[in-house]
Amino acid sequence: MSSLGQRADEDSVLVRWGLVAASLALAVVIFLLPLAAVFTEALRRGVAPALSAILEEDAQAAMGLTLLVAAIAVPVNTVGGLAAAWAIAKFDFAGKRLLITLIELPFSVSPVISGLVYVLLFGAQGYFGPWLRAHDIQIIFALPGLVLATIFVTFPFVARTLVPLMQEQGRGEEEAAATLGAGGWQIFRRITLPNVRWALISGVLLCNARAMGEFGAVSVVSGHIRGQTNTLPLHVEILYNEYMFVGAFAVASLLALLGLVTLAAKALLEAFAGRRVRAAA
Amino acid sequence: MTVEIEDVVRRFGATAALEGVSLSLRAGEFVALLGPSGSGKTTLLRILAGLDFPDSGRVCIAGADVAQVPARRRGVGVVFQSYALFRHMTVFENVAFGLRVRPRRFRPGNADILRRVRELLELVQIPELAQRYPDQVSGGQRQRVALARALAIEPQLLLLDEPFGALDALVRKDVRRWLRGLHERLGITSLLITHDQEEAMELADRVAILERGRVVQFDTPSAVTTRPATPFVAGFLGDATRLEGHVAEGLLRLPRLPQALLRVALADGPATVFLRPRDVAVTPANGDVADAIIRHASAAPDAHTRCVVEVNGVQLDAVATDGAGCMVRGAACMVTIRGALVFAAVGPGMMAEAVPAGSGLRQ
Repeated sequence: MSSLGQRADEDSVLVRWGLVAASLALAVVIFLLPLAAVFTEALRRGVAPALSAILEEDAQAAMGLTLLVAAIAVPVNTVGGLAAAWAIAKFDFAGKRLLITLIELPFSVSPVISGLVYVLLFGAQGYFGPWLRAHDIQIIFALPGLVLATIFVTFPFVARTLVPLMQEQGRGEEEAAATLGAGGWQIFRRITLPNVRWALISGVLLCNARAMGEFGAVSVVSGHIRGQTNTLPLHVEILYNEYMFVGAFAVASLLALLGLVTLAAKALLEAFAGRRVRAAA
Repeated sequence: MTVEIEDVVRRFGATAALEGVSLSLRAGEFVALLGPSGSGKTTLLRILAGLDFPDSGRVCIAGADVAQVPARRRGVGVVFQSYALFRHMTVFENVAFGLRVRPRRFRPGNADILRRVRELLELVQIPELAQRYPDQVSGGQRQRVALARALAIEPQLLLLDEPFGALDALVRKDVRRWLRGLHERLGITSLLITHDQEEAMELADRVAILERGRVVQFDTPSAVTTRPATPFVAGFLGDATRLEGHVAEGLLRLPRLPQALLRVALADGPATVFLRPRDVAVTPANGDVADAIIRHASAAPDAHTRCVVEVNGVQLDAVATDGAGCMVRGAACMVTIRGALVFAAVGPGMMAEAVPAGSGLRQ
């Protein structure tokens, strides 16, 4: 029997090509076509209408708000994610497993629910509503609510990228640094941070992409006040609901571009980090 | 610098890693801490380094109690088992680290750091590797980097945690001698953690043997080898074969080796017996008379060949003497038990001597 004499991987060529073709086809249909459609629809009537939709006042306000929310949420989650990952990877403490599970919570809970929780807490009828109103603090339907919801939804990105890497790296280098006379901050800045810098940047980029693109949680707490509490994704929805397809797709293209730039930056980083590792090997 | 460890206890949950360890190191001494894995060696090292703290007991380095002193203020150099080199720094920066993180007042200038690191790299004989990264150098070179890095802080005490574990056998022997030579030159009080008795015997001035969180013997290598304090030490050192025996009227008998008859100054009762290779003499079969089979013979080209013989189903490590070196696996041979190390239920080991043939006691 000739088939018995074949090498194990020889008869799998067909299977291999089949798998590659199938995943490529899937990628094209699921990822590439919709993306292409967004840009095509945006430019259906030419560049001018698309541009004017983007430059229109409410769109500009939405863009500003989106950037502002990301500018607050991303640094907060970077610091928080680093702290959480550092604690999980380098120390043993009671409740460590609980913390690991909690970090995953935003991924497992629907964003709409997390938005609703904030309404329940800080809304006019919420637990802290009367107190907040008495002190003239507005959280829901205002910037603080948007930021809170975004922080909640995007928290896992930095922590989840760092935890496995830091756990794998262990505490050996930190302990060695301590015996050499380094203090806590010196150890963090000179040893821990440089060892995770590529993963950290990659996590921050993903966190940023999600912070700018978040819809569900933000939609619940936003109140959709045009020019005030509308972020880019919410603006896309409004335009679409008002049958302003070119405008909707033009703004969506802007969002998609932000995502593509993030992906490209991440890929570049990984290529650069990979080259550094190979050069060192 | 002297080191005093007094009655140190360290528990992790219900399990005790150290149960009252006391040790004292003289200034400039090279001490090996020898024990099987799980005996608490690394815990003791971490406590000395300031990476862990005892539940009770005292640790004094150079006469000062270091209970409240964190690792970074101890001035204790550590060569970690896995070396723990900083992977994102060059060899040069690894060695320079201890100088760069000093408080500004004590920090040497750049030119000074450059000079000191060069000296250290010369000392460990790898000056050409300064600009490489840790993953670009071999295991033996990494160990030298780790040592240079630990020496850079001019430690008063040097701790070495299984520093030869990651090296292949050939390199290991060289590095061992080199390290001992370096210790003679620098004179830093050193504590070597190891589970390899050969390593401990060759390197150390004194050897502390750790068994389940206790020091069972602390003495010179020769004393530890010739007068082991407990059956554990005897079993741990050398390739001794452990057998059960019985002492009656000053004579030791081994049920599994009826041909052995030994004289020993112990009270009547059961005994634990260790037959070390030098206690078992192997000679070629005398014509048809043979009572053992060679199971394994090492090809060492010296007069005394190590081998494993099987007698009555018992395998013994032995030394084949006088022309027995040519014996090969499966060959028939004669075995004589010349002596043994015997432990009664309590008390230190006693040497037993063979009763000469024809003394009337042989059956």
